[in-house]
Amino acid sequence: MADAAFWAICLVVAPLFFAISSFVRGGLAHVFGPLAAWLNALAVLGLTVSFARSGPLRYAIGGWQLPLGINFRIDGLCVLMLAMTAVTGLAVSMYALGYFSLRIGSARQMSRHEQQRLFFWPLWLLLWAGLNGLYLSSDLFNIYVTLEITGLAAVSLTALSGKPAARLAALRYLLVSLLGSCSYLLGVALLYRCYGILDMAALSRLVSPGPLLWCGLALLTAGLLLKTALFPLHFWLPPAHANALAPVSAILSGLVVKASFYLLLRLWGEVFAQVLPPAAYVLLGALGCGAVLWGAAQALLQKRLKMLIAYSTVAQLGYLFIALPLIRLDPGPAARQAVVLLILSHACAKSAMFMAAGSIFLKAGHDRIADLAGIKEVLPVSSFAFVLAGVSLMGFPPSGGFVGKWLLLGVSLAGGQWWWGMMLVTGSLLAAGYVYRVASRLLVFKAPFFSRRQAIPPVMEWSAVLLAVLAMLLGLLAGSPLELLAAGNQVFSPAGLEVLR
Amino acid sequence: MNTLLFYDFSGLALLAIGLHGLIRSSHPLRKILAANLMTSGVFLIMISGARGTGQTMIDPVPHAMVLTGIVVSVSTTAVALVLVCLVQETTNRALLWQKRKREKWGRTDG
Repeated sequence: MADAAFWAICLVVAPLFFAISSFVRGGLAHVFGPLAAWLNALAVLGLTVSFARSGPLRYAIGGWQLPLGINFRIDGLCVLMLAMTAVTGLAVSMYALGYFSLRIGSARQMSRHEQQRLFFWPLWLLLWAGLNGLYLSSDLFNIYVTLEITGLAAVSLTALSGKPAARLAALRYLLVSLLGSCSYLLGVALLYRCYGILDMAALSRLVSPGPLLWCGLALLTAGLLLKTALFPLHFWLPPAHANALAPVSAILSGLVVKASFYLLLRLWGEVFAQVLPPAAYVLLGALGCGAVLWGAAQALLQKRLKMLIAYSTVAQLGYLFIALPLIRLDPGPAARQAVVLLILSHACAKSAMFMAAGSIFLKAGHDRIADLAGIKEVLPVSSFAFVLAGVSLMGFPPSGGFVGKWLLLGVSLAGGQWWWGMMLVTGSLLAAGYVYRVASRLLVFKAPFFSRRQAIPPVMEWSAVLLAVLAMLLGLLAGSPLELLAAGNQVFSPAGLEVLR
Repeated sequence: MNTLLFYDFSGLALLAIGLHGLIRSSHPLRKILAANLMTSGVFLIMISGARGTGQTMIDPVPHAMVLTGIVVSVSTTAVALVLVCLVQETTNRALLWQKRKREKWGRTDG
C-alpha cells in the first residue's frame, strides 16, 4: 500500500487535474466532477489509514529541505480537516449533480443554467485543491497562495448565480478578501525578516517576543479575521452566502470559512502559543461573544431562510473564537478537541442546512420563512434534514456540537472563567430560538399550495439528510477522530522537530 | 539615512495610500487600483527585506515570493475587473456601497 506522502500529493494534484479537464472538456464536466469527489474521498481514506498506522509525517516537496523548500506536514488536525472537506465535499457534489440536472431540465432560461453547470465544476474542484493544499502545507507563504486560490474560486462561485445581488456580493467579497490577503502577505514578510524561515514548525521553535513579531502577527491575524468574518468584520458574509446557488452556499458556509479559522487555530494554538499574552486571547474571545450575540440576533430578525442560515454561520463562528482563550487556559487536550469537534459538526450541519434550504427554495419558488408552512407535506426528507441540522447546531445531546460545547463548558468552569461557559449556553438558547422559528413554520400542517410542482431528485434530499445525520451522530463517533488528533500532536512539540525526516 | 529604510518607508506610504483609497473611494475601479497599490507597497517592503543588516549576499527567497505574489495579484485584478463588468452589466450601476447616489454618477452604459 502506498504511503501517506503519496496520498497527500494525490489530494492536491487530482482535484487540480480534474478541474482543468472539466474546464477543457466542458461536456464531460458533470462526469469529471463527481469522479474527482469520489477519488478524493478514496485518497483521504488512504491517507487516514496510513497515518493511523505510521503516525505524523513531514514530506519535503521535490526533495528540497527545510530552509528553502516547502514542506507538507501531515498530522492529526490536518487529517481531520481533510476528512471534513472530503465528506462534506462529496455530499455537496452529489447534491450539485441533482441540482444542475433539475434546473437545466425544467427551467426556461436553459442557456444560463447550462453555463452555470459548465463553470461550477472547474471552480469547485479548483477550490477543493486550494483547501487540500492549505491543510497540508506547513509553509506560511505557500498557505498564502492556497488561500488566494481558495478565495478567487469562492468569489467566482458566488458570482455564478448571475443575480445582480449575488454579483455585487461577490465583488464586495473579493475586495474584502484582497485586503485580507494583503495584510496576511505583509505579516508573512515581517515574520520572514525576523526569522528567515516560513515553516510553521520551525517558527514555533524560533519565536521570541519582539516588536517586529507583534506587528507581523497582528497583520497575519487581521487578514485571517477578515477572511473568517469574525463579528465586526462579518459584513460581507451574509449577502455572499445567502445569494449564491444552493451548493455554493453549502461550500462557502461549511468549508471555506473554516480554512482561515484553521490557520488561526494553528498560529494561536500551536506556533505562537508560548509568546502570545493571555490578553490577546481574551480579546478574540470577546469578539467571538459579540459574534454569537449579534449573529443570533440578526438571524432571529431575518425574513428569508438563506439569510437566516448565513447569520447563523456568523454566530457559530463566534463559538470557535470563544474556544481560543479556553485553549490557552487549559493545558490538556480537552479544549483543542472541543474546537475541532465544533468545526467538524458545524461543517456537516451548515452544509446540510443550506442544501435542504436549496431544495425548499426550488420547490416553493421562494424562501420567505413566513410562507413556508406546509412544505413538509411535499418535501418531508428535506424538512427533516433542516430540522435535524438545526438541532445539531443548537447542541442537542448526541450531536458533535453538544460534545464540543460540553467540553468547553467543563474547561471554562474548571479554569474559573465561567463567563465563557455562560456565553456558550446563551448562544445555544438563541440558536434554539432561530431554529425553532423556521421549524415551527416547516413542520406545521397546512395543505400545500405551490406554484412550481417540479420533483426534487432524491439524491438532493438524501445527501442533505445524510450530512445532517452525520452531524448528529458525531458525538457518538467522536472517539476515533479525537484519537487521530492526539496522535498527531507531538509533531508540534519543539523536541519533535529533530526526528522529522 | 539608510537606503533600505527609505524603501521600507516608501512601501509603507504606498500601503497607506492604497488602504485609504480602498476604503474611501466609491468607484470599484478606483478600489481595484488602490488594492494594487497596496500590494506594490507590500512587495517593496518584502524586496527591501532581502538584504538583511550586515549581509553581503542578497537573499533570493523574497524575490521568489514577490514573483509569485505578482502572478497572484495579476490574476486577482483580472477576476476583479471581470466582476466589475458583470455588476455594471446587470445593475447599470457603477457604485458599490452608496446606493442612494446613483444620480450623481449617472448611468454610464445605458
